[in-house]
Amino acid sequence: MSGPAIAVSNVSKRYRKQIALDGVSLDVAPGERVALLGHNGAGKTTLLKLVLGLTHCDAGSIAVLGASPGSAAARRAYAYLPENVAFHKLLTGREQIAMLARLKGESAQRAAESLERVGLGDAMDRRIGTYSKGMRQRLGLAQLIIGQPQIVILDEPTSGLDPISREMFYSIVVELAEAGAAVIHSSHALTELEARTDRIAILRNGQLVADDRLAQLQINANLPIRLRVQAGLESADSIAERLGGARINGQAVELICQPGEKIARLAQVTSLGESVRDIDVIPPSLEDVYRHYCGLDASIDGAGMEKAS
Amino acid sequence: MTGRIAAMAAAELKIALRNRWILTATFMMTVFGLVLALAGSAPAGTVGADRLTVTVASLATLSVYLVPLIALLLSYDAIAGEVERGTLPLLLTYPVSRRDILAGKLVAQLAVVALAVAIGFGITAAAVWAAGGASLGGLRDLTRLYASAVLLGGTFLAAGFCLSAVTRQSAAAASLAIAIWIVAVVLFDVALLGAVVVDDGGLFTTHVFPWLLVAGPTDAFRLFNLSGLNVELEAGGLGGSAASLGVPGWAPLVSMALWPCALVVFAAFIFRRCEA
Repeated sequence: MSGPAIAVSNVSKRYRKQIALDGVSLDVAPGERVALLGHNGAGKTTLLKLVLGLTHCDAGSIAVLGASPGSAAARRAYAYLPENVAFHKLLTGREQIAMLARLKGESAQRAAESLERVGLGDAMDRRIGTYSKGMRQRLGLAQLIIGQPQIVILDEPTSGLDPISREMFYSIVVELAEAGAAVIHSSHALTELEARTDRIAILRNGQLVADDRLAQLQINANLPIRLRVQAGLESADSIAERLGGARINGQAVELICQPGEKIARLAQVTSLGESVRDIDVIPPSLEDVYRHYCGLDASIDGAGMEKAS
Repeated sequence: MTGRIAAMAAAELKIALRNRWILTATFMMTVFGLVLALAGSAPAGTVGADRLTVTVASLATLSVYLVPLIALLLSYDAIAGEVERGTLPLLLTYPVSRRDILAGKLVAQLAVVALAVAIGFGITAAAVWAAGGASLGGLRDLTRLYASAVLLGGTFLAAGFCLSAVTRQSAAAASLAIAIWIVAVVLFDVALLGAVVVDDGGLFTTHVFPWLLVAGPTDAFRLFNLSGLNVELEAGGLGGSAASLGVPGWAPLVSMALWPCALVVFAAFIFRRCEA
């Protein structure tokens, strides 16, 4: 497959008067992981549902492996984890996953293996009604890894998962992507995503306002960088005065500078010699980048900071 | 494709077993069947008709009420329940067509109806047979009744599926199911009867009424079974036999076969348009 696995071009969708998506274009290559960010109501779930063929767009077009979303060909390629994944409470975990595996043309044995993989090996013969929320979420993961999905759609999948399960979840996503799946992953868990995604797309009021690698988004946003200086022999107050930063506690001073000024600022700090014990350079986080593209103030604390946008 | 329908149906059957629907449906058919058979055995002795045939007439009347009720209660939640639980979107992304989902659910529910009716009729017939006075002719009538009861169940399963896909809410679907049941088994007959009384032997009574009667799924079922019996019996509902009404003898059978087919096609049509 040469082109993008998922090709969304100029898609618009409205629910009655409410505009959910407005001219959104997004391509995802095989093996690529794209994080889809945005506020509640920004259109994330709508976009995912369009890609899955669960609803239809008013304008624009979507191709999934060259087929139309929701077509038989596309459905053979999907793996989907909905936001609040639900199953029938009267079935056991094994029965439910075996049923879904059969729908994908896989064996019941394969279902049991995927249940073992997500740590439900001991619970698989219990009814789903007895499962905790985290266990139901892991059941959702178990159905995700059946077959060889080429299109993986994850709608806020880590809510309700404990830290261990989250690690498992991300390792599963890596495996799926390494096997060639195109992954779209909508989330609010910004700090988790930072190191676990190839590209970031941000929706704001139904429009795509960012679509790039995190490093590139950081450069484009031109967000200030924080330098945290630990006081050595000199008091934090006097360092703050000499460098023009703000004292954040008895031992440390925070300086805020534009990316272009970083080196000059660092030279200034190191020129203080023994007065300074240590320095940390804190680049803008994904959260800062997200806030920037969503038109919010940067989260950087400190007096006298200019607005990020 | 058939493997997928079977997978859907197997899961549905497990659910029906565990939420005790199979048990409830079987219990209703058996208890009411036995009560009617015992109550109906007294007059049969004087008429001299085959006891099993008399029981078949009672069971036909029972089935007109009970089979549609069981079928509607089984199917009204088919789509609405999936929507409310939030299981439908995931299912619709799987490589299973909506037609196969519909087929899988209907097959399982039809199996539940078929099983409940078979056990209910079976136990009733066995009790009558054990009491004596039954013949093989009665067994043939019972088989006819059974096959047509399953067909009647199919009609109302498909009807329940339609309203489940239209409302997408369990509570709304449940109240509509009850409304459909009352209209189909009570109000339709009452309305026809009222019209016949008002018409006072006019053109409506002779030319329109018989066809309307045959067009109703429950009346077609009644006509088909009661006119098929060897002996003339006091029918529990309207009309005696198709012939006495002036419609061809095949008409009730055609009506009974057309209803489920038409409703299944309609259910598939509604379900295909339904967005998750």
